[in-house]
Amino acid sequence: MGLLSDPNRRKAITSLTLSVLPDVVCYLAGIAWFMGLAFEPFTLRTYMSENAMGSTMVEERFPSGERALATAREFAAHKKKVGGMPVDWLVKTMRAQGLEVFTQSFSRNLPFPDESKERFVVRGTNVYGILRAPRAPRTEALVLSAPCSPGNSNNQAVGLLLGLAQYFRSQIYWAKDIIFLVNEHDLIGVQAWLEGYHHTNITGMGYTPLQGRAGSIQAALSLELNSDVVTSLDLVLEGLNGQLPNLDLANLFHAFCQKLGILCTIQGKLQRSDWDTVEGYTHSAQTMLLMVLKQASGRPWGEHGLFLRYHIEAASIRGVNSFRQYKTDATSIGRLFEGMVRKLNNLLERLHQSYFFYLMPSLTRFVSIGYYMPAFGLLTTILLLRALDLWVHLGTPTPVTEDGVGEGESPSSPGLLSVLTPVVISHLTGVALYTLPVLSQEMAVEHFPVSETEAVVLTAIAIYTAGLALPHNTHRLISGEGTEQGWRVLKLVALLYLAVLLGCTALINFSLGFILAVTLVPAAACVTPHVPKALSAVAMVLLSPGCTILYCVFLFQELQEVPVSLAEGWMLFLSVISQGILDHALYGSLVYPLLALLVYPCWLLFWNILFWK
Amino acid sequence: MAAPLTLVLILSVTIRAVLFRSSLAELISERVEVVSPLNAWKRVVEGLALLDLGVSPYSGDVFHETPLVIYLFHFVVDYAEIVFMVSTFEFSGKYNLFIKQKYALEADRYPHDCLELMRSPKEMHYIPLKVAMFYLLNPFTILSCVAKSTCGLNNAVMALFILSTLKGSALLSAIFLALATYQSIYPLTLFAPGLLFLLQRLYIPVNPCRSRFWFFTVQYSVMFIGSLLVIVCLSFFLLGSWDFIPSVYGFILSVPDLTPNIGLFWYFFAEMFEHFRFFFICVFQINVFFYTIPLSVKLKEHPVFLIFMQIAIISIFKSYPTVGDIALYMAFLPVWSHLYRFLRNIFLVSCVLLACTALFPVLWHLWIYAGSANSNFYYAITLLFNVGQILLVSDYFYAYLRREHHLSQGLYLRRKDGSEATLVLK
Repeated sequence: MGLLSDPNRRKAITSLTLSVLPDVVCYLAGIAWFMGLAFEPFTLRTYMSENAMGSTMVEERFPSGERALATAREFAAHKKKVGGMPVDWLVKTMRAQGLEVFTQSFSRNLPFPDESKERFVVRGTNVYGILRAPRAPRTEALVLSAPCSPGNSNNQAVGLLLGLAQYFRSQIYWAKDIIFLVNEHDLIGVQAWLEGYHHTNITGMGYTPLQGRAGSIQAALSLELNSDVVTSLDLVLEGLNGQLPNLDLANLFHAFCQKLGILCTIQGKLQRSDWDTVEGYTHSAQTMLLMVLKQASGRPWGEHGLFLRYHIEAASIRGVNSFRQYKTDATSIGRLFEGMVRKLNNLLERLHQSYFFYLMPSLTRFVSIGYYMPAFGLLTTILLLRALDLWVHLGTPTPVTEDGVGEGESPSSPGLLSVLTPVVISHLTGVALYTLPVLSQEMAVEHFPVSETEAVVLTAIAIYTAGLALPHNTHRLISGEGTEQGWRVLKLVALLYLAVLLGCTALINFSLGFILAVTLVPAAACVTPHVPKALSAVAMVLLSPGCTILYCVFLFQELQEVPVSLAEGWMLFLSVISQGILDHALYGSLVYPLLALLVYPCWLLFWNILFWK
Repeated sequence: MAAPLTLVLILSVTIRAVLFRSSLAELISERVEVVSPLNAWKRVVEGLALLDLGVSPYSGDVFHETPLVIYLFHFVVDYAEIVFMVSTFEFSGKYNLFIKQKYALEADRYPHDCLELMRSPKEMHYIPLKVAMFYLLNPFTILSCVAKSTCGLNNAVMALFILSTLKGSALLSAIFLALATYQSIYPLTLFAPGLLFLLQRLYIPVNPCRSRFWFFTVQYSVMFIGSLLVIVCLSFFLLGSWDFIPSVYGFILSVPDLTPNIGLFWYFFAEMFEHFRFFFICVFQINVFFYTIPLSVKLKEHPVFLIFMQIAIISIFKSYPTVGDIALYMAFLPVWSHLYRFLRNIFLVSCVLLACTALFPVLWHLWIYAGSANSNFYYAITLLFNVGQILLVSDYFYAYLRREHHLSQGLYLRRKDGSEATLVLK
């Protein structure tokens, strides 16, 4: 307690906060720490924590890869004939394999049509077959899913799924029910199925109740396969709102890829062994940044993303066919799945031993929460230091001479009231940004020559920009504010608000919190009414949350090695916004409401301080 | 004075009414921070249903409220929302007489330069309004009220006790204290400050050699114990059995329900081996009562501040605390606004409390819904929240003693050699 009660030490602490140096050091240290996470000696090697999956041996014997591909071709033919999902054929085939087969139909009205598919109402059917466990009470289940996508894609995935079902049926060692799910309309179908399975309705989906059910789902694997042979398999982990499955699932995948000699990637990047060269470091930094960007987007990056919300560990496995020489056939992929499902079948409890909060610079290396949180902590420290500085300024018009005495009057109540107005107004702007784009699309379409999707995105951008005009308006509304004390109190409130907001965000979705902190913290720390207006206004706009999204789009394209021109990038940015709004409406992704209702108003407060008169 | 108070009342009624009607009400009433097994409305409804069926509400392990509360709601269950609102508003009316006499007492006794430490009558005039505002517009109270937690009723009884004590009515004070004790045992520790205040009002010195002191102490104790007996017997006659004693008081003292909450008990006792349990329960429970003795000795001249300290300690160390309990002592903070200049860690403490309040739901989500965090995360925040509260209370305690010191010694202290002196608490 000496630190807090001894006046001399307190003085030392407060004098430390008055200089700018610690801020700069903290910021640079935070960024450096984060970039250092991709450096291999600083990361941990992945290891299997779960005993039930680690020590037991399984033998993969799946023989019928060719037959699975034949089934895939049959499926493709039927799909083409029906012009959608061949429900009857699927039901017949699954039933012939001895599964209990059920269907579920669903329909969903989209708030506005999505860009690529131009659809307002989505109607479809899910087909799933349950293989009952012969060896145990049917209280637990595993899910294998494959999407029935339009066009020619993913036929092989469905074929392999059916092949696996047939093979699994003849085995006797299953202790958990296995559900084979073929869903229509990608994520919307999965969402309907999961809601039906768990008797919830959180997104306003219309669906028929499920007729058959297995036990509580322990894990799910989703398969996406587009060609008869693949060169490598890519593991996708990022789920809704940046949730990740237990790291053991990734370990399991990697272990079997090693065993079967299949090339495996994460974020589409192969592992490199030369970590001590510049190229090696850049490679793992790129992999990690891709993961950070994907996680920050809060989107489900594969079908598994929606399972995670129901506390089901899930991952998507995507077959990639590139120009590489070395090919893997369907039999090997089938064996990989057989092995993974058999190990999951051995689980005695839910996957919980390993990490849930991690970043992966490569498939064999990971950074856990204890290692990456300090990077974020260093950035938030700046906010707290600035807040402490302001507090000291507010408390002492005269320098402190002795402990306590002389620490002046409290922030006066008129100051507090004048703070309330900007806070309320910027939050109302946030509410407008959240509600108006979807509500006003019809009106916009009537008056302007744009499609519904464009209308939503452009309205959002218009409201976002209109928010910048606010500070002048609030000043006209209230006379008698604009004191030196006033903006200090406002900035203090805004700094604490931002710190708490970013802290909570980083706990739920580290990547999002960190990316926002990187751009918002410098703006928040530096802004005062006394800096040159025009220059800092430009800087503020460049550091605003909207521009952050734009940078992320360009960075993402750059890292994926498909760089785009400015115009293409802009179009991509627009589609990212519409996708974000749609993800919120369809799956309950929280990034859009977070940005519109909390982060943007918070940034507006700092904008307000800049134009404080 | 009346107009702003009405405004605050209307504003707070509106907020509550809107929240009652919104979909948030159900969500709030499920939060573990807002309701505890003792005061959850869901459990009261369950108890009422059992009572209507002619079964003792205490059979089973759901209902833990006192019999009087259940009979109260038996008659007004349809108007439950209104009852909760009324009980909140009763509170606001309480401080009208607050501490006015203290000023008169203090005026001439102290050195001249301390005048700036005194509160002007004008500031005093606004204190009841500020207290009402702090209580009615405190998000904690609003949450607690919208969740229909019976904590609001307990707070109202405590408020009535404080009001009647300040007005100097010994009988009413004893009755309300008995009611509050009957509701949740812990207010028993308020007996000491209540007695001290009444003694002070009657100008009876706290001196064990004087017969008047003993006479009044016995008188007050008899009133308190008498009314407690009457209330307990009344419950017995209403219910026809003593079931409620183990089910209410046993439940409070032995802490069998380890649902996570913002208190300190649940994690410890969930982790503990069974044969240590009794010992540690004693240790934890004594914690609440023990501080009464040293605090009463130290603060015997300042019973009102003692009441504040006691309420704060109860709400930190009680077995099933909710945010409603915290709101009760936070409502006192404007009364001590004159201590502001002596507070040392108020910024740190308010940041901690603010951050913890935001982190509670986040970590709960991560633990229960996402499954990625675990109970340690949530308990870490609980612990930090309570450390923040303890720092807050001890800071106020320090500031109060410091002010007293300056009142008697003069504001600007000198060393013997004439240089400026600083006070250091190590």
